[in-house]
Amino acid sequence: MTTPLYGLVLAGGHSRRMGRDKAGIALDGRTQLERAFSLVEHLVESAFVSVRHDQRNDPLRARYPQILDAGDVEGPIAGIRAAQREHPAAAWLVVAVDLPLLDTGTLQNLIARRDPSRLATAYRSSHDGLPEPLCAIYEPAAAPAIEAYLATGRNCPRQFLIQSATLLLDQPTPQSLDNVNTPAELAALAAPRNGAGVAPRELRVQYFALLREQAGTRGESVMTRATTPRELFAELAARHHFTLAAEHLKVAVNTEFADWARPLAAGDTVVFIPPVAGG
Amino acid sequence: MSAFRFSHQPIDTVPLRAELLDTRCGGYAAFEGWVRDHNEGQQVRRLEYEAFEALGVREGEKIIAEACSRYGVTRALCVHRLGDLPLTDIAVWVGVSAAHRDEAFRACRYIIDEVKHRVPIWKKEHYASGDSGWVNCERCAAQAHDHDHDHGHAHHDHG
Repeated sequence: MTTPLYGLVLAGGHSRRMGRDKAGIALDGRTQLERAFSLVEHLVESAFVSVRHDQRNDPLRARYPQILDAGDVEGPIAGIRAAQREHPAAAWLVVAVDLPLLDTGTLQNLIARRDPSRLATAYRSSHDGLPEPLCAIYEPAAAPAIEAYLATGRNCPRQFLIQSATLLLDQPTPQSLDNVNTPAELAALAAPRNGAGVAPRELRVQYFALLREQAGTRGESVMTRATTPRELFAELAARHHFTLAAEHLKVAVNTEFADWARPLAAGDTVVFIPPVAGG
Repeated sequence: MSAFRFSHQPIDTVPLRAELLDTRCGGYAAFEGWVRDHNEGQQVRRLEYEAFEALGVREGEKIIAEACSRYGVTRALCVHRLGDLPLTDIAVWVGVSAAHRDEAFRACRYIIDEVKHRVPIWKKEHYASGDSGWVNCERCAAQAHDHDHDHGHAHHDHG
């Protein structure tokens, strides 16, 4: 008989350092919980979200199959243990909710190279070489070992993996397990994404009326990573100290009125249109 | 020739009116917008107009097509002046010919109202005090949180 692989997204944290629920933070239009769950569910027989008892009716979490912490142990290991107790015959692919750079390839590699004869298979941290406990597979045999470990009064899942002869793998993508715990880390992650993978491109900008006077020119070519008129305007407003806000303007791209979120391509001509006053 | 035009020279209305003559039409209505010497308590000495002409012509033509289909008028034309204008010059001219006067009046009114709100044209007033200002822009810049919806923000209302 083969051991079924189940998936567990750990979303029971307190997000104390972030100051708001990490599971609900949206990046690229999806919450971290939605993103993590959809990554995991495609790779396992059944997928669950690990939650604390007081989070079970939270709308974000209520739409997923849940496994509730027992409440007598703190931290992510409580969620792992609760899952093992509920489905003791399963191996568990455990993934934290706050790994915004995690990709399918990293999880597929973990599954493909897993050794079921060990208690666990995990990645070696690209930062300190120690096991990463929150993107790992825990075999059924790890369940009694975790109970025994908790009985000693400790609850660090990383320490558990260190002492459990875990199979450690190198990460195929070194940053894929970087997590996000603070607003500053979130900002650092979100900021380069605006231009992530976008090489600077040349765009043409024309100015009229008040914007022409403030820019000191009728037009210019700009090398920019801005992907939309909104991003481009923010960049140019900072450079030229425009006194009009985007909310007062319309925008045209290549002689058509355009949406502020329209994608921009190299060679596009962008015109920001101040409040008009014909007649 | 396009039914919406910009002119960098003073507008001569005689040939424009002639373009609207049509044996099917029994009514002709025209509107002229002139440069006046005051605005919002300020003494105005002259005006300066500029436009994003390529987009302005397209938007202006769209307005005229809307007026023709909405009111069933036979012909319509609009010309907007650009550059430096002294007092009493014609800033904008609209002419409409139709079978009957009612639709001619209504189409004429529609065109001037829409042009003022939708076509990318900007007006700078030069005052007796020596100051100058872009109409509708300076207020936005100065009072980002206190919009005067009677003046100038109409271009947020459409599109």
